[in-house]
Parts: sequence; C-alpha cells; structure tokens
Amino acid sequence: MKFAVVVFPGSNCDRDMYFAAKDALGEEADLVWYLDADLSSYDAILLPGGFSYGDYLRSGAIAATSPVIDQIREAAEAGKPVLGVCNGFQVLLEMGLLPGAMLPNEKLKFMCHFETLVVQNNQTMFTSQYEEYEEIQIPIAHGEGNYYCDEQTYEQLVERQQIAFTYKNNPNGSVGDIAGITNEAGNVLGMMPHPERAVEALLGNDDGLRLFQSILTHWRNNHAINA
Amino acid sequence: MRKVKIYITLKEAVLDPQGKAVQNSLRSLEYNNVQEVRVGKYMEMMVEDTEDIEAQVDQMCDKLLANPVIEDYSYTIEEVV
Repeated sequence: MKFAVVVFPGSNCDRDMYFAAKDALGEEADLVWYLDADLSSYDAILLPGGFSYGDYLRSGAIAATSPVIDQIREAAEAGKPVLGVCNGFQVLLEMGLLPGAMLPNEKLKFMCHFETLVVQNNQTMFTSQYEEYEEIQIPIAHGEGNYYCDEQTYEQLVERQQIAFTYKNNPNGSVGDIAGITNEAGNVLGMMPHPERAVEALLGNDDGLRLFQSILTHWRNNHAINA
Repeated sequence: MRKVKIYITLKEAVLDPQGKAVQNSLRSLEYNNVQEVRVGKYMEMMVEDTEDIEAQVDQMCDKLLANPVIEDYSYTIEEVV
C-alpha cells in the first residue's frame, strides 16, 4: 500500500507521519511537497500536523486554498482514505470535507500531553482494529483544538455515527468531547490527537499503530476483492 | 481605487475565551462595568475598481477571509481619491 504525506510550508509532524506509515506499519510512503504533488498513484493521503502558513488568518485556512486541495478532494471523492491529524484536521475543516470549525482551547493554553480517547465507532476503515468503546492513550499537542459545530450538525454527527473518537476528560472544550470525526462516507477522518506519535512500544506507547493497521486492513480486503 | 474595510466577528452562539480573558483583565484594572468583550478581526484592502466589487468582496469573505461556521462579517467600501 502506498501512502502520501502532503507537506505544506510549516508542517512539522510530516516525518512522524512518514515514519508511522513507512517504518512502524511497514508500507510504502512518500513525503510529497504540496506544490509538486501528484496524488493519483497513492492509495491513502495523510495530512500531517504543524502550523501550515504559520496559522495565519485561521489554522489551516491558507493551506485549504492551495492547488493540491483539489487533488485531496478528488481522492476523498474516489473513496480513498484521507487522514488529517491536528493541523491536517484543521485543513479538512477549512476545505469543507468535514463539518465544523476549530476554536482556541477553552483555557487558551497550548497543551501537549497524553489524553485518554474512547473509540466511539470501530466500524470505520480507520478504527476496525480497536474494540468498541476501547480506551486508548494518544498524545495531543495543540492550541486550537476546541471543536465547534452547531447543535443540528452535532446531532447529525451522532446519528450518522461520524464521531470516531471522544476525549474521556475533555481538555479543550470541544463540543460533545469530540476528538475525531469522519465524513458521512467514512473515508475521511480528522482528529486532533496524534496517533503517529504513538506507534512504538519501545518509545512508551503503540496505541496509535492500530489506526494505521486498520487503514491497511481495509485496503487489503478491498484489494483482495478486486484482484 | 477603493478601500475596503472588513470586520470579522465571532457568531453570537460561539463562546469567545479570548474575549473572556480580556474582560477579566479589564476587571483587574477595575473597569467593573465591562459586561462582555468579544475579540474580532479587522482587515483593510486596497482594491482596483470593478463593477461588481461588492459581490467580489462577499465571495472573498465566504471563501477565505471569514469562516462561516463560526464567524460573521461586514464591510464598508470607500472611494480613495
């Protein structure tokens, strides 16, 4: 399986994402500079964390107008897995692939520590290797991770089972304790916590690895059917 | 040439922790009559004259300058001599 990690000016978790796909998962992966990107030959698109364009205007807003965005939209429409972590999630919100928006953390502090996440939906291509309601430890690192949507959107998210992960102890004020959501089709996941920073037991925690294994399992199953 | 002044504010339903912190700070300066503070953004653009400048500014705000999920915007357009 071939992963593309799209690198924007100001991305800083791109190498962690690359390491997760290439070394921890053991699949093919490329770091792809946003201006030169041709995403057509990749099976999955990873949007890394960081501060694309210095978070100018709003986090993710400027990246969401760059030319590569059309290709990301095409990949999503074709049903390919698209994972946005942290700033990647903010980009997915700003480009409208996922509903809602990010606000500054309720307590206005940049936070960087492990949080307990609850797997709310293990029926997605990103979460199949977790148990339902399993509690996992994944680090967060953000100043603007306070997920906001209006009540109607929240009800839709619940109804359509688009909430993949919630925080056990909401650190940032997110509506409904939301840590990660998918689109309606289930092939686009945005999450503030960093699964790519928790893929090596040797480094203390590999709870995030199963997210990447879920993507691979889904791809293999599809591939076997198509073959 | 026109000068466009754009005001971007958080929607009423959206909590503004930054505004709250500023309000608390004003209170610590003993401005106890300040009931609420909301922090927004102000932008100025110099734009060459076109016929549909208002429609254009609306589009700019919808596409990029404001996020309609959390923000409202308003603007004024002035002639620059």
